[in-house]
Amino acid sequence: MAKELWKGNEVIAEAAIRAGCDCYFGYPITPQSEVPEYMSVHMPKHGRIFVQAESEVAAINMVYGAAACGLRAMTTSSSPGISLMQEGISYIAGSRLPAVIVNCMRGGPGLGTIQPSQADYYQSTRGGGHGDYRTIVLAPSNIQELADFVQEAFDIADYYRNPVMIAVDGMIGQILEPIEWRPVKRRELPPKDWATTGKRGRKTPNLVTSLFMDPEDCDRMNQLMGENLKRIEENETRYEAIGCDDAEIILVAYGTPARIIISVLDELRTQGIKAGLFRPISLWPFPEKPLHDYVAKDNVKLVLDVEMSLGQMIDDVRLAIKGKKPVHFYGRAGGIVPTVEEIIEAAKKALKEAK
Amino acid sequence: MKASELFQNRINIITGHFGTGKTEFAVNLALSFAAEGLKTAIADLDIVNLYFRSRERRSILEDAGIRVICSSQQHEHADLPSLPADIMTLFEDRSYKVVLDLGGDPSGARVIARFLPRIQREDSRLFYVFNASRPEIATIDSAEEYLRRIEDVTGLECGGIINNTHLCEYTRAEDVLAGEEAAIRLSEKTGIPFICSVAWKRLLPTLSGNAFPLFPIEILMKKPWEVER
Repeated sequence: MAKELWKGNEVIAEAAIRAGCDCYFGYPITPQSEVPEYMSVHMPKHGRIFVQAESEVAAINMVYGAAACGLRAMTTSSSPGISLMQEGISYIAGSRLPAVIVNCMRGGPGLGTIQPSQADYYQSTRGGGHGDYRTIVLAPSNIQELADFVQEAFDIADYYRNPVMIAVDGMIGQILEPIEWRPVKRRELPPKDWATTGKRGRKTPNLVTSLFMDPEDCDRMNQLMGENLKRIEENETRYEAIGCDDAEIILVAYGTPARIIISVLDELRTQGIKAGLFRPISLWPFPEKPLHDYVAKDNVKLVLDVEMSLGQMIDDVRLAIKGKKPVHFYGRAGGIVPTVEEIIEAAKKALKEAK
Repeated sequence: MKASELFQNRINIITGHFGTGKTEFAVNLALSFAAEGLKTAIADLDIVNLYFRSRERRSILEDAGIRVICSSQQHEHADLPSLPADIMTLFEDRSYKVVLDLGGDPSGARVIARFLPRIQREDSRLFYVFNASRPEIATIDSAEEYLRRIEDVTGLECGGIINNTHLCEYTRAEDVLAGEEAAIRLSEKTGIPFICSVAWKRLLPTLSGNAFPLFPIEILMKKPWEVER
């Protein structure tokens, strides 16, 4: 199929439609408003549901309701809106329901800016809401990956009965790139025999809830959820490593900064500095072991973590590396995208300090 | 062919779906006018797109002697739908050759409607930038529907179709030519004249001998990972 020029936010919407998303609930917020805009035009054409909710709190609870009925439901927002959704995401996870949530991150805290950011790493990977849950977090760094991952996300969510978040910075929502719609990996999915589809053919109605009257029952549910999360950690870790085998410095980054670092690597290597990029694609589960194994090798002097935040993923990087090598940091916050030159300087400075 | 021969009106209003490359074209058009020695102004009236607007190339434009007028001038990074008062200069001072860069959809184009009585008194023309690689307007029918919606909200009749079919850095000459063919079909269907095809300067050698005019451009709006080599 010929390549077409798509905007990131349009791709999020179209990929969801192609993955069989039955219902979209959302509320406009920059820099992702093209998603609800596209959905409002195209979902009805496919006989599907589009609702512009009165708020993000309403949108995520509509997702909760639709998911409980066994439908493929999705919402999208940007940082402040995702903060508002955290309670609902906790309920969805606590009720063991699948859902797809896209966060097109912008500068924070508070209202912040409308420019791209990665300062929602904590709230994405640490659960964000209350309770012992985790969301599976995928971080595409180009529009083709975005198209693939959003489609896959619906299967992953259904397979594990767990919310999946696609975390991109606003840049990825706003840029246009040529992509092709290629088939993505489809999974054999279990029947949704827990869904509240009415009592027909059943003795007792299905009940979807995150409320337990007996703490033993709640503990049991948590243990089951914990086992499920372990299974996710074992099977869903994704990463990409470029030039890490002979690197003296490994740069760790995801999303837009990872993309910028590909240009940084070329420049550093022409200057005689062997640099590599380790790019976590799943932010949770974090690719702990592969990162550890690359960094532990003798050729690696140090690690430079680069983020569009004050440093959040760096915690996971440090945990993975277990103190084996020094971890340096370079970050811009509030909506500023680091430049190729800035990262080159940071890498050189870190290497100088290491000597 | 000189830019001022292709674009003979004093005020050139550039519109089209977001992602057609309309802003890149508008910026290049203004630079071409200035290079011909014309007293040039560009007004960025894009209140719809956020990250890639002509105001972001303000210094390149101003270095070329072009007057730059932006929406929400005091807050370049905000998405405030405010219009600057000095846009009136462009209607009143007829010594300016003007490029108006409108927002990337019918709602973005709406901002021009309030100037309609002024525009109608001036020597002006609305141009529709077409990109056959953009799925939302890839068919002749969808492209025409979009064009008509822009005409409806602006109250202006479209006076020219510009083929800007591209796939960013992956654009090949055949993409430009396939887009040109579609743009000409759109022109035939709507009766709106086809003006030219836009092409990156590096593609010009392979496109030489093209039956229709070519407007060469340089890409000025780089993505953060695109570095000069």
